[in-house]
Amino acid sequence: MDSDDEFMSDVSSQDDFLGTQGSDDESLGEDFDDLDAGFSDDKDLIKHKKKPYEVEYKVLDPHDIDHEQLGQVNEVCAILGLPPESVAILLRYERWNKEKLIESYMEQPEETLEKAGLGSNFEGTAKTEIVPGFMCDICCEDGDDLETYAMRCGHRYCVDCYRHYLGQKIKEEGEASRIKCPGVGCNRIVDSKSLDLLVTKDLQGRYRELLTRTYVDDKENLKWCPAPNCQYAIDCGVKNRDLRRIVPTVRCVCKHEFCFGCSLSDHQPAPCTLVKMWLQKCEDDSETANWISANTKECTKCNSTIEKNGGCNHMTCRKCKYEFCWMCMGLWSEHGTSWYNCNRYEEKSGADARSAQAKSRSSLERYLHYYNRYANHEQSAKLDKDLYLKTEKKMTSLQSQSGLSWIEVQFLDTASHALQQCRQTLKWTYAFAFYLARNNLTEIFEDNQKDLEMAVESLSEMFEKPVAELAGLKVDILDKTAYCNKRRVILLSDTAENLKNGEWSFNIEW
Amino acid sequence: MFATKRLSKELIKMQEHVPPGITIVKCDNLEEWQMDIKILDDNPLYLNQTYRLKFTFSNKYPIEPPEVQFIQCPASTGTPRTIPMHPHIYSNGIICLDLLGSAGWSPVQTVESVCMSLQSMLTANNRNERPAGDQEFIATNRRRIRDINFVYEDDNV
Repeated sequence: MDSDDEFMSDVSSQDDFLGTQGSDDESLGEDFDDLDAGFSDDKDLIKHKKKPYEVEYKVLDPHDIDHEQLGQVNEVCAILGLPPESVAILLRYERWNKEKLIESYMEQPEETLEKAGLGSNFEGTAKTEIVPGFMCDICCEDGDDLETYAMRCGHRYCVDCYRHYLGQKIKEEGEASRIKCPGVGCNRIVDSKSLDLLVTKDLQGRYRELLTRTYVDDKENLKWCPAPNCQYAIDCGVKNRDLRRIVPTVRCVCKHEFCFGCSLSDHQPAPCTLVKMWLQKCEDDSETANWISANTKECTKCNSTIEKNGGCNHMTCRKCKYEFCWMCMGLWSEHGTSWYNCNRYEEKSGADARSAQAKSRSSLERYLHYYNRYANHEQSAKLDKDLYLKTEKKMTSLQSQSGLSWIEVQFLDTASHALQQCRQTLKWTYAFAFYLARNNLTEIFEDNQKDLEMAVESLSEMFEKPVAELAGLKVDILDKTAYCNKRRVILLSDTAENLKNGEWSFNIEW
Repeated sequence: MFATKRLSKELIKMQEHVPPGITIVKCDNLEEWQMDIKILDDNPLYLNQTYRLKFTFSNKYPIEPPEVQFIQCPASTGTPRTIPMHPHIYSNGIICLDLLGSAGWSPVQTVESVCMSLQSMLTANNRNERPAGDQEFIATNRRRIRDINFVYEDDNV
């Protein structure tokens, strides 16, 4: 219960921010400021309450991420009194756990530095030098005008080799936070100051980019938006252990909605683990095996799989010519005179086979029930997407035909968006329902599901009407859209509330 | 080029002196070399045996590690060579050693130092066995050595 309490307290302390998630992006900026400043009561009153299925989060752009890193580096710099480039290495080594770093540094400064790949000597500035009589161990060049560089570990190489080495690490291997000194067995990490001194501007940029990437990967509260080419990251306090009780859907500035827990597209109301199990189930062939066991039997002699596609119970295996009774699976010759009328029903072996078959048959039927509905919404959502693209065209033609202005035909855009979102939700309600064991709440859930289903279908129908009729349907469509959205909110609120309180029971362990 | 210059210098140095148990077999170009190594102590696994190593260099050597593997030579060549038994050496000669991967490689390493590391890797071994999954690996692996992602599970061998 500890984890829940902790999670809940997080939620309430940042309530003022939560109100905005349902609405839109335009007010995000100021809300972040509010968050920093702590929470203010009168703001709370103005904004509408957070819905049970919403989580608080913020969207960070690359600049914010840099800023955040820098802030933490500076903070620790001030405490430990070390140069920033070294503190950055320490923080990365400790995966940005400031408290742990400070504690371990206070206790064993030298060991902490050594483990992170730093020495305890911070004297001198990073600069290239010309050393008389020097020979580079990498290229074996010598020469009195050879520019060289060494970090504080003293392993000195010519600048050219150093540059090649860093280029290889950054460009080819995508390494940034843990680039070691080129020396054999030297664990000293190349810091950003040395790097800036040695490599070209574009490599420096790539290096910073890779560092930002590892920063986001290292922090549990940060995740990249998985949309292609999206550069934003999401900051959300939901922990892995909370995922049994919450489905943290977040919406990036790029408009992509995804689950913060597993980075898949929004799959409310089904929790991540069930989603993974469901997708796995749909993908693997377990249901084919189920079909086989429901519809076929194996020849008791040669184990060939046989599907009975008509005819009498007297089976002759095509392969081994074994003759048996389909009903009781017993040897045909033992049937004596009761041919074509198997009366051996009560026999135990036959009963076992029959009950196993009945079981797999009903489990297959159950799966198909949910799968068909799931797949239908997936398919329809795809079709709706096509429709959405046509909507814009429709809107233009609607404008010219009906004399409505652009702003007046926006209702189609809103309707199309609602349709997609509701289908996405419905789709996952079926995967969720597949794993749900019956209790008092499932009936309410199924009613909610049915209501949303009906609302969506009737909106979808209106939406497909010829363009000429659409203008006349504007009020209806607006009403239906609002109704769909409302039904969706009700369904999601109900499932999220019950999930949070552990009220659902499931027919599997997860 | 970078690799050429460095390899020529390595060659000059080795022609002057090579450590005991190491012989240059073939170095007529700067893309592929062959070296023979002997195990100098009395480890019964490798007693009186000579093994042949093939080094393949890219033009990014020594920033990038060379590809190094043991190769077999039939008796008819006059210098029969087999693949040494070792829990980190596959029977097709591919070696699983961290210093030959990009993460463990240091550009300060040389052909000579790699030979010496392999000598000591064999010296220290007393297990007369191949890596787990050897047969499967040699049957299915079609990748170049540098593209194989070995997991270095065991730092003791």
